Amino acid sequence: MGPRIRHLALLCALLLLALLVNTARLQLTESEDLRSNSANRRQSIERYDRPRGEILAGGRPVTGSRDTGENLRYERTYRSGPMYAPVTGFDSQVYGTSLLERAEDPVLSGTDPRLAPFGSLAALGGQRVRSPGGRVVTTVRPAAQRAAFEGLDGRKGAVAALDPTTGRILALVSSPSYDPDLLSGTDASVARAWERLNADPDKPMLNRAIRQTYPPGSTFKVVTAAAALDAGRVRDLDAPTRSPDPYRLPGTDRWLSNEAKGCRDASLRDAFTWSCNTVFAKLGVRTGLKAMVRAAERFGFNDAGLRIPSAVTPSTFDTEMDASQLAMSSIGQFDTRATPLQMATLAGAVATGGVIRPPYLVDKVTTRDGRTVRTGGGAGGTRQAMSPSTAAKLRSLMTGVVDEGSGRRARIPGVRVGGKTGTAQHGVDNSGTPYAWFISWAKRPDDSRPKVAVAVVVEDARAKRSEISGGGVAAPIAKAVMRAVLDGR
Amino acid sequence: MTGTTADAAPPAAYRSPRGRGTELGLLVLAVLLPAWGYCALGLAKTGTLPPGAATCGAGLGVSALLAHLVVRWRAPYADPLLLPIAVLLNGIGLVLLHRLDLERGTAPAAPAQLLWSALGIGCALAVLLLLRDHRTLRRYSYVCVVSALGLLLAPVFFPPVNGARLWVHMGELSFQPGEFAKILLVVFFAGHLAAGRALSRRGRRLTWLHLPTGRLLGPVLTVWLLSVLVLILERDLGTSLLFFGVFIALLYAATGRLGWIAAGLLLGSAGAVLVGTYEPHVHTRIADWLHPFASIEAGAGAGQLAQSLFAFGAGGATGTGLGLGHSELIGFAATSDFVLSTAGEELGLAGLVALLLLYALLVERGYRAGLGLGDAFGKLLATGLATTVALQVFVIAGGVTGLIPLTGMPMPFLAQGGSSVVTNWILVGLLLRLSDTAGRRRAEAATP
Repeated sequence: MGPRIRHLALLCALLLLALLVNTARLQLTESEDLRSNSANRRQSIERYDRPRGEILAGGRPVTGSRDTGENLRYERTYRSGPMYAPVTGFDSQVYGTSLLERAEDPVLSGTDPRLAPFGSLAALGGQRVRSPGGRVVTTVRPAAQRAAFEGLDGRKGAVAALDPTTGRILALVSSPSYDPDLLSGTDASVARAWERLNADPDKPMLNRAIRQTYPPGSTFKVVTAAAALDAGRVRDLDAPTRSPDPYRLPGTDRWLSNEAKGCRDASLRDAFTWSCNTVFAKLGVRTGLKAMVRAAERFGFNDAGLRIPSAVTPSTFDTEMDASQLAMSSIGQFDTRATPLQMATLAGAVATGGVIRPPYLVDKVTTRDGRTVRTGGGAGGTRQAMSPSTAAKLRSLMTGVVDEGSGRRARIPGVRVGGKTGTAQHGVDNSGTPYAWFISWAKRPDDSRPKVAVAVVVEDARAKRSEISGGGVAAPIAKAVMRAVLDGR
Repeated sequence: MTGTTADAAPPAAYRSPRGRGTELGLLVLAVLLPAWGYCALGLAKTGTLPPGAATCGAGLGVSALLAHLVVRWRAPYADPLLLPIAVLLNGIGLVLLHRLDLERGTAPAAPAQLLWSALGIGCALAVLLLLRDHRTLRRYSYVCVVSALGLLLAPVFFPPVNGARLWVHMGELSFQPGEFAKILLVVFFAGHLAAGRALSRRGRRLTWLHLPTGRLLGPVLTVWLLSVLVLILERDLGTSLLFFGVFIALLYAATGRLGWIAAGLLLGSAGAVLVGTYEPHVHTRIADWLHPFASIEAGAGAGQLAQSLFAFGAGGATGTGLGLGHSELIGFAATSDFVLSTAGEELGLAGLVALLLLYALLVERGYRAGLGLGDAFGKLLATGLATTVALQVFVIAGGVTGLIPLTGMPMPFLAQGGSSVVTNWILVGLLLRLSDTAGRRRAEAATP
């Protein structure tokens, strides 16, 4: 019987082997797949088992956390949620994350190996490191953010403000907004809020400052002017141009006219100050498609790679157009579209002598006890958008707009402010309520550098259509934001 | 497996026949390891040493020491590995149950299990004290089969729990009579086959097939039919599979006919296919096994097997550490059928391999005792008991890791359940007795 008992023992050994092989397969080769299975709640349990790191604005956290004692233990809370939502985004147990919450998730949730003292080393060895959530210090200035938020006052629109010499984003507001707090947690109310926010025709969760593009309208004339000046098409700002009024779009029977008067043969300065469409349409065509595209792209149009660190929807300027389309594009119509952030960058470039520093929202990232893990800064180096002399000329043009043109309502006593208004037609046959734009920058006379550049867009200004203008609706908001920055609040 | 031949000269390892010092040393380790695990668990969960660690360790230690003394007194030639392995497995089981108690917040299972373990060790010692010669059992093999069948049928008269009729309820207490029936049936099988051994070759010859006699064939078919009957009545695939497997294994050991194995497997598969197709409870389990993630794809969340697989995956090579996994996700069967999933998550592949090797060692020591015995009944009894442990471990470990369809069976010594722990300790007591006889035989052969 002995050999047969041995056979049975051998059979048991084979069964054991099968068990071991199967377990090793589960725990070694399939481990990662099982871990990342959508129905495996371990990841979310671990993710929420400690308070998430804070997002700071002006040295104060704009987030918080609430211990629910439930399975997914800590919920995110938000201070002044609607105001900071375009900066923070949301962190929801059910619906994931957005914006900074998403882009900086490894830091906030503590999985970034750099948060641990020897984390990079451990990560090299394939270990999963989990530290207390780190802090994300934003570049946002609460006073500017508040001024922008209160300036929009619930109207559809957006504001982007930045420090043009560094690229630091000082304010990023989208309106109407929502409270990301509503999406924290696992209650049925979260699902209801999600449904409601998504069904809302006003799209409160859309970040209009970086994710929505608008026809820039007359504010785009800055680019056209820069292209023409750089290309040498115009040398004297005050010399009359040969411009008809109205202007027949090349190759068509359509005529372009002006809202303003006295545009025929106006000088570049006058055309800029009073926003003559005809002059700039013709100037764009004369400058040529190639030079126009090059100028627009130097300012940041058609750049799909911009991250602040959330991805910014690219602003567009067509690279293939006929002359009539180019004419319309040169006044910020046709297919030309821009985000408010892009337009703030553009204004900033004028203020800084043509230099663009990529905008960024994260000043630095620290561990919970304040050790700096990494410092922010825009990805990519600085760019020269136009020659310094062109920038100087544009500064003079933009100052003129605020001093005596359509942007008078942005004037700040004792401060040099340059601006450009825009009223962008859109919709089928321009039937929609026009968008009111204002882009501007401000510099104290005794400062060596400009302090702030702003772009404001208001979609449905609560005013009669005829009264809608960048100067009337958007400029006061820009002024409030600039004041907040200049006052150092 | 053992490397020695039963009938040849004793191996060098048995030069010192007693090995009781080895046993004591291993027992100390087998008590300290769970105590250490208990402390580690407390530190991980609450940051302090748990107050129960001393009590639990002492309880296990005193029982183990008592067992050691009885073995020293009444079975000095017994295999020195059996007791430490059983104590260690039992201790790890207590730690795992305590760990799951912390998660559930319902009536704690670990203290009750400690009492049952003490009772189990007591029963094992009673076996050693009362059963001086294992051959005595052979006389009772028909008593055994009758009481086994009685025990098996008893749960039919009680309401099912979670779809399976396995329990007998008496007031607060409930136990699984199928557990006790396990050992009784092995005794019967061994007794029957030891008697029928001589008859096995005397059947009619049909060309290439030796037909067995009715006396041998009768019980085979009876047992097979009974196991299917049990399965259908009680919805217990595991137990019937176990009975059937053990019987086939013993049949092979007794007769050496591969034809038996083939016929048995054929009959077994036919029964399994039939039941798997027509019994919805079993059918569901087979469907779960084939598609563990089907409920996820259907948007209904992870089923229990999927949760178990997730737990193993989360454990990885070294595990999350005691108390740091998420056993609560596995659900209601975490302390019984799925206790191994917690082990897999928190102790990792390393811990799981160690556990499986402990079982393998226990099984191997059982076979070894069988090899060392002189009488057919003893050989078959030891082989049957070892195979019982092996099959049980394979069926449940294979089930929770998705290797084979899941059948509700308790993991020996690890799972919550009084009847299971007591039965397994009785099994170890029998193995101690058998190995003592085998060791004595070897020692006598070695002394000129």
